[in-house]
Amino acid sequence: MTYLSNIVRSPGDPKVISSGASSLGTADRLARALGWFSIGLGLMELIAPHRITRALGMEGQESLIRAYGAREIGSGILSLSIDKQVGLWSRVAGDGLDVATVMPAMRDDNPKRDNASLALAMLLGVTALDVIAAQSVTSRHSRSSRQWREYSDRSGFPRGLEATRGAAKDFQLPPDMRAAPVLAAVSDQPAQERARSH
Amino acid sequence: MRALVWHGKEDIRCDRVSDPGIEEPRDAIVKITSCAICGSDLHLFHNLIPAMLPGDIMGHEFMGEVVEVGPGVNGKLKKGERIVVPFTIFCGECEQCRRGNFSVCERTNRSRKLAEKAFGHTTAGLFGYTHLTGGYPGGQAEYVRVPYADTTHIKVPDSLTDEQVLFLGDIFPTGWQAAAQCDIEPTDTVAIWGCGPVGQMAIRSAILLGARQVIAIDCIPERLSMAEAGGAITINFEEESVIERLNELTDNKGPEKCIDCIGMESHVSMAQPDTIYDRAKQMLMMENDRPHVLREMIYVIRPAGTISIPGVYSGFSDKIPMGQAMNKGLTWKMGQTHVKRWTDDLTRRIKDGEIDPSFVITHTVGLDDGPEMYKVFRDKQDSCIKVVLKPGQEVTLQ
Ligand SMILES: NC(=O)c1ccc[n+]([C@@H]2O[C@H](COP(=O)([O-])OP(=O)(O)OC[C@H]3O[C@@H](n4cnc5c(N)ncnc54)[C@H](O)[C@@H]3O)[C@@H](O)[C@H]2O)c1
Ligand SMILES: [Zn+2]
Ligand SMILES: [Zn+2]
Repeated sequence: MTYLSNIVRSPGDPKVISSGASSLGTADRLARALGWFSIGLGLMELIAPHRITRALGMEGQESLIRAYGAREIGSGILSLSIDKQVGLWSRVAGDGLDVATVMPAMRDDNPKRDNASLALAMLLGVTALDVIAAQSVTSRHSRSSRQWREYSDRSGFPRGLEATRGAAKDFQLPPDMRAAPVLAAVSDQPAQERARSH
Repeated sequence: MRALVWHGKEDIRCDRVSDPGIEEPRDAIVKITSCAICGSDLHLFHNLIPAMLPGDIMGHEFMGEVVEVGPGVNGKLKKGERIVVPFTIFCGECEQCRRGNFSVCERTNRSRKLAEKAFGHTTAGLFGYTHLTGGYPGGQAEYVRVPYADTTHIKVPDSLTDEQVLFLGDIFPTGWQAAAQCDIEPTDTVAIWGCGPVGQMAIRSAILLGARQVIAIDCIPERLSMAEAGGAITINFEEESVIERLNELTDNKGPEKCIDCIGMESHVSMAQPDTIYDRAKQMLMMENDRPHVLREMIYVIRPAGTISIPGVYSGFSDKIPMGQAMNKGLTWKMGQTHVKRWTDDLTRRIKDGEIDPSFVITHTVGLDDGPEMYKVFRDKQDSCIKVVLKPGQEVTLQ
């Protein structure tokens, strides 16, 4: 990728020789993989729901599978975004729905019962992965809301706050930075004659 | 050399890259001693600013020592001098520069054609930013090439430490310009949204410029505590209504001056349903920005007041209540900072002990820890407010 983008760089611009550690952690990469998986699966469910219902002996449930497809795509987009926690937890919730939907296909008289149990096993595997990803992404990116440092000693004013209020009264505001003075509306004097504070 | 390189969304790496070289007569090469991560870098980190390319070097707040100068620098800068580099690259000669509008210099953007398409007319070249503003390699690196170096530099006295002067390159003049362009009167209430590094500088600037009261808004307790230390009355928007509190503090008239130190990535929360709407549209690429704060400011501001916007917006923002803004007769001031316009005055104020901008630094690390610190700063972990990187040192200090 960087090789391609070097086309726009000038001869003196530095070019990447070798890459170092990234700000993306393992959890983030897992989230990305699951995000793409979600979108792929979602597209399949949207476009070819019959294949899924036929394979699982769930004919007649095509609209439901389509709706799940839309849900998968939504979770996928979220998991690929910077709000990936939300995306991954929505995947976990979706996994629950999927499992609940496949369960009835496990009935004894379903000729596709074997397929259904395979699908169920896969679903449980993916659920485990989703839970791991959601948990690790959440812990990697959350801030502890209880432990925070007090910065009340950091005024930035070496002479102290009170001595500094209005200290820059010598500042000459350039004319182009003047704003409509709100006080002008209530002042007795015409605005332009009013002594300015700076 | 080593540099922090953008590889895509949330993917910043500390890479080994080739050294920069002099290209134009007015160039200089600077060996970087200190650089910082800015809130604007987070918009790039989130890939919300268009036209970033894998391999772009990050960083636009940096300083160091001049190690090489081109023949066109004409003695205005010498080897061995210690400078802070303004993030807005300016020529000093074009009509905009002569007006002091350095951030819209007409000459320094080397992707001029692209910029004209995107913005209508070009703006200045910026370091470590999108290719819409020239795609100049940034200063989160060991060395950087500074174009138009004879003008684009701030000389700083040896008596001041890196930490005291580093922010002259960006956030200090940014907070200052944000407050200055409000034309603060001694009777004014100045409300400042966002207590990140830019908000902190804006608070100090409004205090220095003599505002009657400064009110700061955020939801991060450590940032609010730093805002209070700087003289602001604080509002935690997760605990109380911003509109109600602001009206209460201004005799129900609303603040005269409102400053947006947040920009396009306003906090998303259930309590502010418009932010969820914006986030969804942003994700689907139907809107670039989340302008919640603009909506809030336009609503609460006193009629005929001034809105100052240092916060960065990148493209299209929806549902900006122009009807309220127009009928209330508001003045809007915004833009990337004309850094050099303010820095002589601000350097003197630091030297005179009026202000010491180093108060905002919470983390100092080596360049190798840079990628991790992007995450820490973005996620507001470990009470992080401002990160300084030391490319020359590899110690992890606190
Ligand atoms: N104009 C310029 O030249 C210039 C220069 C530097 C930075 N900037 C911009 O200034 C902005 C702030 O930079 P920073 O370094 O302080 O970044 P930051 O991300 O550290 O700070 C933003 C702060 O806003 C707070 N916030 C978010 N939503 C809020 C809401 N609805 N109400 C109140 N507070 C809210 C966050 O909690 C955070 O503390 C960014 O957009 C950055 O790009 C502009
Ligand atoms: Zn910046
Ligand atoms: Zn110019």
